[in-house]
Amino acid sequence: MNWEEIFLALPKLLDGALLTLELVIISCIVGFVIAIPIALMRSSQNWWIRNIPLIYTFFFRGTPLLVQLFLFYYGAAQFDAVRDSFLWPVLREAYWCALIVFALNTGAYTAEIFRGAIQSIPHGEIEAGIAIGMTKMTLYRRIVIPRALRIAMPSYGNEIILMLKSSALAYTITLFDLTGMTRTIIARNYLAIEMYFTAGVIYLLLTFLFIQVWMRLEKRMLRFQA
Amino acid sequence: MKKIALALAGLLAFGVATADAGEKLRIGTEGAYPPFNNIDKDGKAFGFDLDIADALCAEMKVECEIIAPLDWDSIIIGLNKKKYDAIIASMSITEERKKAVAFTDPYYSNNLTLVAKKGATIDPSNLAGKAVGAQRATIAANYATDNLKDVDVKLYDTQENAYLDLASGRVDVLVSDKLPAYDWLRSEEGKGFEFVGDAIDVNDKIGIAIRQNDTELAEKFNAALKAIVANGTYEKINAKYFPFSIY
Repeated sequence: MNWEEIFLALPKLLDGALLTLELVIISCIVGFVIAIPIALMRSSQNWWIRNIPLIYTFFFRGTPLLVQLFLFYYGAAQFDAVRDSFLWPVLREAYWCALIVFALNTGAYTAEIFRGAIQSIPHGEIEAGIAIGMTKMTLYRRIVIPRALRIAMPSYGNEIILMLKSSALAYTITLFDLTGMTRTIIARNYLAIEMYFTAGVIYLLLTFLFIQVWMRLEKRMLRFQA
Repeated sequence: MKKIALALAGLLAFGVATADAGEKLRIGTEGAYPPFNNIDKDGKAFGFDLDIADALCAEMKVECEIIAPLDWDSIIIGLNKKKYDAIIASMSITEERKKAVAFTDPYYSNNLTLVAKKGATIDPSNLAGKAVGAQRATIAANYATDNLKDVDVKLYDTQENAYLDLASGRVDVLVSDKLPAYDWLRSEEGKGFEFVGDAIDVNDKIGIAIRQNDTELAEKFNAALKAIVANGTYEKINAKYFPFSIY
């Protein structure tokens, strides 16, 4: 192990980690916002409402994230219509492309996690709400959504961790995220083991910190069960 | 008796297997750097590097196996992990790489060049504020990061991706090896683009990379290279790709 080189590379790697963190946090927030209405639609009684968002979740869950990134970043830019459109100032930036694809991708998975959670709410709790005369809106706002989020917490935490690791693909579209930075540094110093080791430790550290926060949150949210 | 026979058979099989593996020379190439190395529809590698590899193997009278496609980023690591014995993938001989691998004599030379859209007003001596693209882990990338002032350098994993972003306008200029860029400019995709400014001489010699202790293999390659240059095979391969000598 060449510790001196690791030390030298550390500021740049941490810079990369910062971008990774930024991408994951923003895309998870946006993904969450997308997931709630999609999950509600997916658990609807109506066949049409239930199956229309299926096209979206099926595509994003059924293709590799790398393919989605390439289609969106390199693929879309091939068309003059895209390059001439008002969206180009956003789409020409790798940063925004990564954020959009990541958000849509994690949104699709999160929607399915939430759908499962909504469907596993004990029926009696919903009936109780109806029995005391809640309107549909109130029922969703006060029972269905809060209850589903609590049920979904463990698997949703897992999805966020998966997103943290998937974000390593951002380097394929020129971003200097933690993985991109690592590969760029290796291209100059050839210390693949040292640099990947350091990057791995940073990823582990990020996951560790996240798990700490999430466990606290879970404990708090699920304290009624204890 | 039976046991001895079995053991003998095992030994024989082992001997044959190692002899086989020993004689087959495994050559790694990237497969994403036309016209030097590329992958066809059936997954077979082809191009200048592969033609040179074939000619050298024929000259050395060894059977060669081509390992492709390989990731450029980790191509040297694979060589040192003995996944293949040589890299013929248009690799520039650099001091940095010499710390990790050994090189044969150069089998061609390369300059860098700038490439931009036809008619774009690019001043090669002042690129400040421009977005400049290059392939990661190449001399072009090092040149862009070290020598160009106040530019936004974007690094790509393959040269094709860099071309795609030049075409889409995400980057204004590419720093690229001149010979593959020459090939691209003649293609359908590249016809709207041109060289900008003079070729940048970076004393860039291309060699075959081998493991550092493999001096015997290096000598064999060097002798074979001299032979194919002398007997005109090299010239024939050269003419297939470029109207000028690149040796």
